[in-house]
Amino acid sequence: MALEPEYSPSDGRKWTETESWPKEQNGLTWMEKFTQQELPACKPILTPGLVITTLISIGIIFVPIGLGSLSASEHVVEIIDRYDDACVPSNGDDEAAKSERLSFIQNVKTNKTCIRNLVIPKKMKHPIYVYYQLDNFYQNHRRYVKSRSDRQYQSPRFERETKTCDPESEIDDHTPIVPCGLVAWSLFNDTYRISTENDPIPINKKDIAWQSDKNSKFGSNVYPKNFQKQDPVGGGKLNESLPLSEQEDLLVWMRTAALPNFRKLYGRIETDLEANENITVVIQNNYNTYSFDSKKQLVLSTTTWIGGKNDFLGKAYITVGGICLFLAIAFILTYVIKPRPLGDPAYLSWNLNSKER
Amino acid sequence: MSSGKPLLSTSEPSSATSPHHRRHSSLTIGSLGRLCHNTSISSSVTDGSQHSNLSDHNDELEDELEEFDEDISPLGGALRNSVECPAYLRTRKKFKPVDLQLQLPLPERKLLVSWGGVTDPQHVWSMREVSGASSQAVSSGIQDYLNKSQRSERFLQISMQLKENLTHHDNPRLIHINDPKRTNDNFEYSGNEIRTSKYTFLNFLPKNLFIQFHRVAYLYFLAIAALNQLPPLAVFGRTVSLVPLLFVLTVTAVKDGYEDWRRHRSDRNENNREALVLQSGKFHPKRWKKLQSGEVVKICSDETIPCDMVLLNTSDPSGIAYIQTMNLDGESNLKTRYARQETNKLVLDGTIISGVITCEQPNRNIYEFTANLEIKGQRYPLSQSNIILRGCQLKNTEWAIGVVVYAGKDTKAMLNSAMSPAKRSRLETYMNRETFWLSVFLLIMCLVVAIGMGLWLNTHKNQLDTLPYYRKIYFDKKKFGEKYKYYGIPMETFFSFLSSIIVFQIMIPISLYITMELVRLGQSYFMIGDRHMYDSSSDSRFQCRSLNINEDLGQIRYVFSDKTGTLTENKMEFRKASVWGKQYGSTLSVDGTGDTNVGAEAVLEGRRTWKLKSEITPDSELLKLLHNDLSGDERIAAQEFFLTLAACNTVIPIATQSPSSSDTDSTLRASYGIVDYQGESPDEQALVAAASAYGYTLYERTSGHIVVDVNGEKLRLVVLGLHEFDSVRKRMSVVIRFPNDSVKVLVKGADTSMFSILKRDHPDDNHTKHATQSHLNEYSSEGLRTLVVASRDLTGEELVEWQSTYEDASTSLTDRSIKLRQTAALIECDLTLLGATAIEDKLQEGVPEAIESLRQAGIKVWVLTGDKQETAISIGLSCKLLTADMEQIIINGTSESECRKFLCDAKAKYCVKSANSCDQISVWRQNTESDYLEIPLGTKLSSLQQQHAGQEEGASFGPLALIIDGNSLVYILEKDLESELFDLATSCKVVLCCRVAPLQKAGIVDLIKCRSDDMTLAIGDGANDVSMIQMADVGVGICGQEGRQAVMASDFAMGQFRFLKRLLLVHGHWNYQRIGYLVLYNFYRNAVFVLMLFWYILYTAFSTTSALTDWSSVFYSVLYTSLPTIVVGILDKDLSHKTLLKYPKLYSAGYRQESYNMSLFWITMLDMLWQSLVLFYVPLFTYRDSTIDIWSMGSLWTIAVVILVNMHLAMDIQRWVVITHISLWGSISITYSCMVVLDSIPVFPNYGLV
Repeated sequence: MALEPEYSPSDGRKWTETESWPKEQNGLTWMEKFTQQELPACKPILTPGLVITTLISIGIIFVPIGLGSLSASEHVVEIIDRYDDACVPSNGDDEAAKSERLSFIQNVKTNKTCIRNLVIPKKMKHPIYVYYQLDNFYQNHRRYVKSRSDRQYQSPRFERETKTCDPESEIDDHTPIVPCGLVAWSLFNDTYRISTENDPIPINKKDIAWQSDKNSKFGSNVYPKNFQKQDPVGGGKLNESLPLSEQEDLLVWMRTAALPNFRKLYGRIETDLEANENITVVIQNNYNTYSFDSKKQLVLSTTTWIGGKNDFLGKAYITVGGICLFLAIAFILTYVIKPRPLGDPAYLSWNLNSKER
Repeated sequence: MSSGKPLLSTSEPSSATSPHHRRHSSLTIGSLGRLCHNTSISSSVTDGSQHSNLSDHNDELEDELEEFDEDISPLGGALRNSVECPAYLRTRKKFKPVDLQLQLPLPERKLLVSWGGVTDPQHVWSMREVSGASSQAVSSGIQDYLNKSQRSERFLQISMQLKENLTHHDNPRLIHINDPKRTNDNFEYSGNEIRTSKYTFLNFLPKNLFIQFHRVAYLYFLAIAALNQLPPLAVFGRTVSLVPLLFVLTVTAVKDGYEDWRRHRSDRNENNREALVLQSGKFHPKRWKKLQSGEVVKICSDETIPCDMVLLNTSDPSGIAYIQTMNLDGESNLKTRYARQETNKLVLDGTIISGVITCEQPNRNIYEFTANLEIKGQRYPLSQSNIILRGCQLKNTEWAIGVVVYAGKDTKAMLNSAMSPAKRSRLETYMNRETFWLSVFLLIMCLVVAIGMGLWLNTHKNQLDTLPYYRKIYFDKKKFGEKYKYYGIPMETFFSFLSSIIVFQIMIPISLYITMELVRLGQSYFMIGDRHMYDSSSDSRFQCRSLNINEDLGQIRYVFSDKTGTLTENKMEFRKASVWGKQYGSTLSVDGTGDTNVGAEAVLEGRRTWKLKSEITPDSELLKLLHNDLSGDERIAAQEFFLTLAACNTVIPIATQSPSSSDTDSTLRASYGIVDYQGESPDEQALVAAASAYGYTLYERTSGHIVVDVNGEKLRLVVLGLHEFDSVRKRMSVVIRFPNDSVKVLVKGADTSMFSILKRDHPDDNHTKHATQSHLNEYSSEGLRTLVVASRDLTGEELVEWQSTYEDASTSLTDRSIKLRQTAALIECDLTLLGATAIEDKLQEGVPEAIESLRQAGIKVWVLTGDKQETAISIGLSCKLLTADMEQIIINGTSESECRKFLCDAKAKYCVKSANSCDQISVWRQNTESDYLEIPLGTKLSSLQQQHAGQEEGASFGPLALIIDGNSLVYILEKDLESELFDLATSCKVVLCCRVAPLQKAGIVDLIKCRSDDMTLAIGDGANDVSMIQMADVGVGICGQEGRQAVMASDFAMGQFRFLKRLLLVHGHWNYQRIGYLVLYNFYRNAVFVLMLFWYILYTAFSTTSALTDWSSVFYSVLYTSLPTIVVGILDKDLSHKTLLKYPKLYSAGYRQESYNMSLFWITMLDMLWQSLVLFYVPLFTYRDSTIDIWSMGSLWTIAVVILVNMHLAMDIQRWVVITHISLWGSISITYSCMVVLDSIPVFPNYGLV
């Protein structure tokens, strides 16, 4: 960085230093100043004081934020239960086990009910969110993301706009599938029933989808049609008497996830759960993730202001703040031990170069 | 040259090549150049043998002449006009038009002249012919350069472009005066309608698109958009992908369209102007566009001339018309054009003239016109002085009548309106290198994606049918088993490669080109508006004529400067004179006013009635001499001296108050007002003014006579002939008949060309000669420009002989200038030396300071001048270019070997390191030592001095200065000595080249350009600098006295040399630093974005999904982030102009490429990598295992990347002004609001995020 030799280092802490005007230029109008490139300007100069101050203030701001979010994250109670391997008869890794699993899950008639017992580690205050989590499911795959027709979902007038929905756009008699597309087709259809030892805990499935989706993105007069009528059935079926905007599970699913590991909201529990309480989850294990290496998990989680349980943000803030503070201290030390005058011409690029030679 | 190699080798077999072939293929010209080279030498030698002292010629030359004549016959008529010899002229006294048709001119006009070269070895001159027009100057030497393989391509282009000038002599144009029908009968000559517009309404779209797609970037854009239309690749929406391209195309098309519309409008205005045309005996108004060749047009005073016309008659009885050529060449002074006396009378008589004008085909040389006028069987020559050109204005003349010869697009003005070749900035070239690296990154990224895709597909081969998020098969009955958009693994891999190119397309920053253009435009705006570069004396602002090379101004390493008019003011003032061996004017400052002499006072009294512009105080002694009857010879010489000054020129006196017809002194004096001299050469103006100060006032000039007022008595002199100044002869002469019927030749010219043609028998003349010579040396050492004045009485026979040849030559259609030159040689010999003049050429304001600053800034200033060595050195000293402590290396050899020796000696002495060591050359030197001719005296001395100095000082030398003359450069630039010169010159602090021809100037610039990476800047003001200006990386023109030729060819133009300091040190520095940062930032900005997309694709099973909406990706580089870039690129300043001017060393950042280089690029790229990782992974980890959907994440990333790059920019901004704030924060808020708008359109999948 070139230095500004005119600059006087006496008052280096100011971030802004307005250029002083010679007397003859005082008469310039704004336009003249503009054309002569003499507009008043502030020229920040990285003086040691300024740098140290900035670093310290960043550190001071960031570390508390980090600590705060870390503690918030600590307060989140989260129960994760992977059930996909437990809810099928065989768990082997060999081909035979795999095909057995597949035939189990693909058989419509088998009873896929599966019971899981969970212990609440800490007291969970309501609302408790119930999520399902899928791993290694590329909802963000381009073929998948593109295979939908937002216009069709919006209004019955665009029912036939299924061009983008391939390969799941229409059935054999050329009537369109509503909702069309791979995304809808692969609708998640595992169901959970939660109960304490004796009482069932109701799961509220209202308002789990975005309000905007319900209001305008999915039409209130668009009804499912030909959906999952034809083999293969990808996932859940829809109640044909309900308009799409009411099918909140679908709406949730249709908001394709950004990453291959994702959670989706299943519902809310409106009661508190006490610590060490045993709960039973009855799972209808319908959804086929066995044909590819995916995991299914049930997640119960409370929230704080920071959202779900995530230590990353807090740690990141603390790290950055810590580094800033450390640098500030290091700079202070170098400044005290070995000060260097501002604008030392010895560090100008040509002087450096000549030294090297 | 004539002594260096065998003179004649014309009988080479290659000379039989068909001239037709020659004209069309530029490649063969190289070899022919050699051939013609030699023939022209011989022609000039024969010339000398006829007209200079035969006694001095040896037999060898005579033999060669014979040989030459024999050689010429097999060549056929085609070659003859280029190898004219007097013998040829003698045998064909009459010029036959039949011959004319047959003769094909060579596209080769180079002529090496060696007048007197054989007789006087000290002044062997071999100069290339340089005619007045710069274009010709360039073209004449072009063939020479074609021989050299390393010549830059651009030079070649110039040559190709200019070669066309020389081709169309074969079929002359016939114009029947006042008979447009017959004129246009045989050949359809173009009408006078002009079209400067490029497009018509219909062809606008296709033509404009075609022109636009010449840019590679646009083609890339188009290819990407086309790829995106393919179904398997449609990453973006089909329309969206076309938006940026369409945007750019539309903006450019609208701009072009607007410009063209304006051109249309001005064309229409121009075409609909009216002129008076002779129709059925009377002049009627007619629209310009209806004018045709052959029509007779009347122009009134102050009107613009509608087309190129031959003057027939003017309101002035002598047929003079004054025109202002401001629009054509920018010279504001008036020029005279003459109507031929013959036509003048005819029109006056009222007869409708009929006649035929035979003229050359339209060409773009505005300084030449050759034609013949045939009226009633009589032929009259027409030349440049008889034609008035379109775009000029008639001044001081009531009306003029002329016949249209060239109309519309054939006019010289239109032919000359071509733009100078476009230059590309150095930084842009480097930028291409980095763009290459970026494309390598792009390819790597695409390969990673493609290979990843392939591997992924391979591992999931068996699941593809069932993967809910892939499902390659249709299950409809109709299409059962058909694969949905699946083409097999290899094809899918390939497609994913292509589609990733589409996704990552903005890695190559296409918007950068537009951004750079806008930024340069803004920078130019500020450069033009800079009040410190405004020249109030000429009311000229700084001009940016080229918008592509602003940043090159910050990287200049070499400045090549012209001297006259650039360093100096080119306002001449008569300072000293040497008459008949006596010096006058040296005591001027001491007793200039103390006139006690009666005669002088009387004259002064008489003189005062003449109000002259210049303020010359005449030397009293000289005045006394003029009025003293006693001193015989000396007095006559003095009178003739001033008569020559007054008569031998092309200056036009304009008396603003015309005198009454009375002859008496008193009335004359009373009626005389201000006499103003208008002339093309400031030297001549100064001389005429001086003569006037001494009582010899040029009062009237027509084509036939001049009137000189000698101390009140009017002296009418008939001008029999005038040989204008040309750069080969370096002198001009007039043949004048005095009232007493004696005929004299009055000559003035450069000393080198004059001394060889003086009378050489009388011993007492030698005294004068030596005295004058010593005076001349004295003058030139003072930095004065010198001219030698001489005269000669012409005997009757000589006159007759001359007159016949003169007439012949001046009516010649082809090669008139060469013939005239030969005619001039007839009478320009045996001259009596009268004296010499010294004119001061004042240094421009602030030149020494500017040069000093440039030097401190590490810029090497080379001065290339046409002046003499002594003058050059003295100017060098006065403008602080040379300092006393410098070691001067002077090279002025007259042969190749001599030059080699000089170079080698200098290198050895000053230990200049070079690629090939001096040892080899010294061995070579010993071998050829015997070949040495006598070394010129001055050189010997200087080299001796240097040797002494070198011995005394030992190894430590002061700064070196190299002074080299054009003569040596001829040998050095043509031979392999170039590298020697380069080594030597680059190790010198200062290089002064004197006596250089325009093309040599370009050659020197090219020398540096070819052999080093350093940027060159050429600055000059005259037509002779054009080639240099076009050759250099940056050409700067000075709007000076010598017209606008240089300005037209330049990239930047300004009023004064001293502005160069500010231009380079301040604006150059700023521009360079700004553009350098701009480019790096743009690379960074786009790469960060692309890399962010890339990281995401790694998380989508390599499926080129973009989390961002299509529109955001498109808007990113156009809308979201471009404005702050542009504003910063225009407004940011790292240092104030005061600092930059105070510490010129800061400039060195430019040529050391501190603002833009490879390492900076790589650092930026590393920075970019790190930033993109943070940018991508922080949100990723934050929202890992959460319910976040793809569009929310995309929006987050969009806003994050925009804020990131803008903050990055904010941190780099060195100077915050209001506009910067507005643009920076504004663009962030624009991004935000754009996303809000985009999100509230329900059709988009990302609807309702807000």
